[in-house]
Amino acid sequence: MFTEKRKNIIAALLIVAFLSYSFFLYFSLPVKNKSVSKETSKGKLVWQQYNCNACHQVYGLGGYLGPDLTNTYSLRGPAYIKAFLQNGTATMPNFNLNGKEVNALLAYLRDIAASGKGDPRTFTINNNGTIQQ
Amino acid sequence: MAPSNSKQEAPFRLFVIAALLLLGTGMFWGVTGGLQYLIPGFLKSYLPFQKIRPLHVSSVVFWIIFNSTGAVFTYLQQHTGKKIYSQLLIKIQLIIFSLSVITILISYCAGIFGGREYWEFHPILALPIVAGWILFLINFIKSAGSFRNQPVYVWMWFTGILFFLFTFLESYLWIFPYFRNNVVNDMTVQWKSYGSMVGSWNMLIYGSSIFLMDKISNSKNYSHSSMAFLLYFIGLFNLMFNWGHHIYTLPTHNYIKHISYAISMTELFILGRIIFNWRASVSAAKKNFHKTAYRFLVAADAWIFLTLLLAIIISVPGINLYTHGTHITVAHTMGATIGINSFLLLAIAFDILNDTCLSFEPYKKLFNRGYWLANISLFVFWISLIGAGVVKAKWQLSTSQIPFSSMMLQLRPFFIVFFISAVVMMTGFLCIIYPLLKNNVLCYFKFKTTGKIQTHYYSPAA
Repeated sequence: MFTEKRKNIIAALLIVAFLSYSFFLYFSLPVKNKSVSKETSKGKLVWQQYNCNACHQVYGLGGYLGPDLTNTYSLRGPAYIKAFLQNGTATMPNFNLNGKEVNALLAYLRDIAASGKGDPRTFTINNNGTIQQ
Repeated sequence: MAPSNSKQEAPFRLFVIAALLLLGTGMFWGVTGGLQYLIPGFLKSYLPFQKIRPLHVSSVVFWIIFNSTGAVFTYLQQHTGKKIYSQLLIKIQLIIFSLSVITILISYCAGIFGGREYWEFHPILALPIVAGWILFLINFIKSAGSFRNQPVYVWMWFTGILFFLFTFLESYLWIFPYFRNNVVNDMTVQWKSYGSMVGSWNMLIYGSSIFLMDKISNSKNYSHSSMAFLLYFIGLFNLMFNWGHHIYTLPTHNYIKHISYAISMTELFILGRIIFNWRASVSAAKKNFHKTAYRFLVAADAWIFLTLLLAIIISVPGINLYTHGTHITVAHTMGATIGINSFLLLAIAFDILNDTCLSFEPYKKLFNRGYWLANISLFVFWISLIGAGVVKAKWQLSTSQIPFSSMMLQLRPFFIVFFISAVVMMTGFLCIIYPLLKNNVLCYFKFKTTGKIQTHYYSPAA
């Protein structure tokens, strides 16, 4: 079934398909890059600097100790988030963030909330097993 | 095949010994993290969860990387019957990797993170890992020679090494604002890289396991067979294109989700084959169960079935909608990392490290207890995660959602079972790896003082 020649052809085809798929994706990312504010950009780096993903999820991806934060900004507002960021909780440490870091994180969470809805209740399931919002 | 124990294999053994130490470290951090679920605020001021989680994940990922590297070098040398191209490159790679791991673990304690979901560390620390991996690639290509008429495991090793390098580099595309400035773009590329990266180290582990099976059965029929290559190409196809099943709820391109859904379903063929071969597998297991390395292969076989079944179910978007973001995903990851990868890697570690100057015989009872403790507690651990996941899934889809903290309180009984089973599992694993490490360390120093390698085979073909 698999002669040496066939193995090489299949492997070559798969590699070409994979590279084409990868580079096609890199050059046609799902969201066309619109301008992002400096604060949002900084917020993303502050998010990573404090490793927020270890406990929190965005679109259901991340840690399980804290809640998913995809739409927290639009549902609860900045003051609610600010209270947590500045005081911590029984589980979450107070990171002693300065004012600029807090504002940057709020801008980033606002940007995430505007990107879509992460709540599974907003999806419908099609007969073929796929889902849509 | 070349003799299984030679001076040339000493650096390969060091990779495996370092891997076992990392496994012990990873379990310790895992149990500490589990305790933080039970006691909110435990170690919050010194080692909060955002430090413990990467300490656990990186230790475990490096357990996989170190052991796989040691396995590929050892088995490649045994397969070709010739020395690995450059011992110097292996030693440099070992030093680079070891120093990198130590620095990465210290960086977390100091609060320096890469901040990415899953496997993360500061981008500067990725540079030595890439450099070490390139040395691995050079050594492999120079040692393997032509690919003509090679068994499937050589293809798998090459695939694993090549794709790890590609996906590891891809996982750092976020350092360019073009990729990271939009959360959807960022997460799409991130999960493309991580999804395939896991597939790449699986190629290294499964390739080494097939070599080990050949060695135990003293036959190369399977690794040259069409079925072996068919399964390899299905695995490669999934490695390349099924990563989208991690991001069904992300508002990314729909074609990514449809391709992943369709390709993930090709794994049904592998599941069907396991069921079809069930009787033969059980009879082979009964025949070879006394062989230490083989025992882990049997355990991994059972976990492949359970994990694959769960993976296929949660790869259906309509079902994934319920399970995504819940502990069912963690159950899948733990089943794959502990039940499949770690058991296969332990089989390999026992094959590579068991022939030392000291007998393993006095530890057989301890080993047996450890083996059963690890397996039974892993099953309880897995079930407790699925239970927690079901409760969280119900909460996620409930129309009148109680607060997150109240939902977490409802999960507490599952977390208690999860923690206890994790402690028992760690004890089981320590019973297994302690004698192996002890014999190897003692014999290493004996070798250093006498300059002679002595072997003591405690079990035929173990």
